[in-house]
Amino acid sequence: MKELIEYALNIAKLKWARYADIRIIDRREQVVSVKNGNVDGIGDQYSQGFGVRVLINNSWGFASSAYLNKSEIERVTALAVQIAKASGVVPSERVDLGDAVKTIGKYTTPIRVDPFSVSLEEKLGLLFRADAIMRRNTGVKVVESNVIAIRHHKFFGNTEGAFLEQVIYECGGAIAATAVNDTEIQVRSYPNSFRYQGTAGWEYVTEVDFAGNAERVAQESVELLAAEVCPSKTTTLILGSSQLALQIHESCGHPTELDRVFGTEAAFAGRSFLTTDKRDNFKYGSDIVNLTADSVRRTGLGTFGWDDEGVPASATALVKDGQFVGYLMSRETASRLGLKSNGCMRAEGWNRIPLIRMTNVSLEAGTWEVEDIIADTDDGILMDTNRSWSIDDVRLNFQFGTEVGYEIKNGKRGRLLKNCTYAGITPDFWNSCDAIATSKYWTLWGTPNCGKGEPMQTMGTGHGASPARFRNVRVGIFK
Amino acid sequence: MNFREIADLVLNSSKADETEVLAMEQDESLTRFANNSIHQNVTERNIQITVRSVIGTKIGIAVGNDVRPDNVRDLTTRAYEVARLQPDNPEFKGLPAPQATPAISSFDLDVAVCEPETRATRVAVICRKAASAGCVAAGSLTTSSFTIGVANTKGVFAEHRSTLIDASTVIMGSNSSGWAQNSGWRLNSINPELIADEALLKVRRGIDPVDFEPGDFTVILDPYATADLLEMLAFDGMGALAVQEGRSWMNGRIGQRVMAETINIIDDGLNMNGIPLPFDFEGVAKKVVPIVASGVVLTPVFDTFTAGREQGKQSTGHATPPSPQGRFGPAPLNLFLKPGNATLDEMIRSTKLGLYITRFWYTRTVHPRDAVVTGMTRDGTFLIRNGEIAHPIKSLRFTQSYVEALKNTEAIGATPRVLRTALGGATSVPALKLGHFRFTSSTR
Repeated sequence: MKELIEYALNIAKLKWARYADIRIIDRREQVVSVKNGNVDGIGDQYSQGFGVRVLINNSWGFASSAYLNKSEIERVTALAVQIAKASGVVPSERVDLGDAVKTIGKYTTPIRVDPFSVSLEEKLGLLFRADAIMRRNTGVKVVESNVIAIRHHKFFGNTEGAFLEQVIYECGGAIAATAVNDTEIQVRSYPNSFRYQGTAGWEYVTEVDFAGNAERVAQESVELLAAEVCPSKTTTLILGSSQLALQIHESCGHPTELDRVFGTEAAFAGRSFLTTDKRDNFKYGSDIVNLTADSVRRTGLGTFGWDDEGVPASATALVKDGQFVGYLMSRETASRLGLKSNGCMRAEGWNRIPLIRMTNVSLEAGTWEVEDIIADTDDGILMDTNRSWSIDDVRLNFQFGTEVGYEIKNGKRGRLLKNCTYAGITPDFWNSCDAIATSKYWTLWGTPNCGKGEPMQTMGTGHGASPARFRNVRVGIFK
Repeated sequence: MNFREIADLVLNSSKADETEVLAMEQDESLTRFANNSIHQNVTERNIQITVRSVIGTKIGIAVGNDVRPDNVRDLTTRAYEVARLQPDNPEFKGLPAPQATPAISSFDLDVAVCEPETRATRVAVICRKAASAGCVAAGSLTTSSFTIGVANTKGVFAEHRSTLIDASTVIMGSNSSGWAQNSGWRLNSINPELIADEALLKVRRGIDPVDFEPGDFTVILDPYATADLLEMLAFDGMGALAVQEGRSWMNGRIGQRVMAETINIIDDGLNMNGIPLPFDFEGVAKKVVPIVASGVVLTPVFDTFTAGREQGKQSTGHATPPSPQGRFGPAPLNLFLKPGNATLDEMIRSTKLGLYITRFWYTRTVHPRDAVVTGMTRDGTFLIRNGEIAHPIKSLRFTQSYVEALKNTEAIGATPRVLRTALGGATSVPALKLGHFRFTSSTR
């Protein structure tokens, strides 16, 4: 691989590239999914190829191909140079990449059991057991379960001298039951609605208990059909950990992406309300709100050795004691602020350029026991497990829906509520946070389906949270 | 290897009772711009080969992109091995039999060989126009050529070559923005001058938007917003699998008039005014399917699997690519909403109090059975008072049943626009005037 990488980089240098990098990636994905007692999908997906990124003067070009051989590397590198020169027809401002990145090394996700060494029979057995339990409940119309295993084998080299090899494993799964009647469709899932997924081995799947939760999941989906609709009012909201993970993703992770701030995602993903004048100068949340970005926590979907620019994994604060203090950055965007990249450039695969993406963006744990948060709440609603999500293009106005809600009255959890939604404005919402549960309740969730960029790239991101309470939140839309 | 060689290799080496191979090869380039300059400029050449192996009623799938003969054979073997492990699926009635598929030419060599310099020159037109107006442009220009081939051991062999071009921009002023987009398969489908002018008109009209209290309003939708209505209704249940599983907005509505009599929605994969595809991803010829006729919900679209689950049904040619991740089910990828006879000006003049909306953003289903969707307006929202655009307003959030919205259709635009969709096809949609639309919050 090193020979092919050096071949591409030498061609780029001979064609006067200021900078070039190449990534060669071999990706394997295996999914097993079961639905209503039948196998719904099963099989392997393989994708291999390479992508070359070059900088000519101040213009970027990128070309990629699935056909990995020397002549194709030569064609693709020359094409990347041609594209970069064409970009110069409408040139950018000066591109400064900051200090050279010369890292050399190898990183492998620490795993106990290689998910590809586990037989398909074992994977099917795990799913069929949960499937059968959920189908015992005759009120359920559709039951689904799945497991996934992914291995990315990546090589990276750049014209500054970096050479890196990474083998990153991802593993995960989920079960879900859907109950329907003449007017309603209600879903309950476990452990999470977007699948429970992390950088880990097969142990990540077996540590959660699909079969042990199957009966409850089915029962709750049926109970939701007859539940009261979430009332429409302004009240106290307690969010469970998995719903809070997506709230963090949408209202903290995305607006701290520095490319959005600089307008380079304006036409698609949008921009950000967290403009550069607000750094160290804006009360994002209440004093107890601390949000961090890291790529080092074990099992996070944003955990790796180096990002796709060769910058090492790290941890940085985004919000400290409620103050907005930091961004997710690339080499190019960081240098515009006189800073160094905190390693957030990630590409979906060999055929995509790296973009600023979330790593593991998490709400740090607080000091409350969950029981005490509930006991301390006179009137409110507890919501958990995401069902719908929408936020505006600068990440201010949001509305989320959850699978399940519970009324809180006089410090006690009460009746079940369905079709729960809540809405707000990002800084108002986070400034209303007055209780965060301790690390005992903190979970690092994975969001495997974050979309950004053109062509669209889907990325896995991690988000840790423990349950938290927010005051004066608008809830409900149907009643 | 060309598709015939790939197909021969897979079908001749397979040990399964039935085997299908789907190959999707693409050469796609995208020039992206922001802040009036090109900042991302990419190209990709890739092929995806999907082998579906059938043993009795067991199905195995393997997907790869390595076309070396040994690896194609390995892929075929893997699909077979996966099938062997499965329990029988009695609902699976086999792969489709061969049938005639219409020959359609939707390949423009000028798009296929479009050089990066050509794309850059067109992007430069938009950036220069924006800069001249004191504005900032962002957007993208995509050119793509692709070949889809499907063959199976029952004798299906279908191959189609096509091109696609898409351009979009958001142009931003100091406190307003405007959007424009066009898609097609011919190079001349895209005129960067017109795209820039359309977006700039919205920027100028949108200067100094004011806060606005949400509520229930008559709305006039640009085709971009209309496209979202069709896409979400397609995603939420125009496919037979969703209906069979009881999770479609069509459940309980088939045969009923639930939209205005003027609403006619068809899926037409053969229409050269869209981005046509003569057959689906299992090689079945596309049928023209009236999905909603005069406001009456008629039928979802079918693939071979879902048709096999119902007496008397046949595939309508709407299979999506088989995936190891599970069955997505059939989907309409070429939706056409029948145009009316109204102009945008007529719609505005006939509105006493209402909102004119450019496009919707980040729409998500809140209640699938009623197709209740939430989302934001974006890049140009305007108050209409007494038949005129009174002033721009800040973006609003809505939470609205799209079925109910179309029930209150008051006028349909005469000029449709073709827009590429997130599901992978294209939709042809005019502007709409809807009597009621529920806005639930505002932003800053």
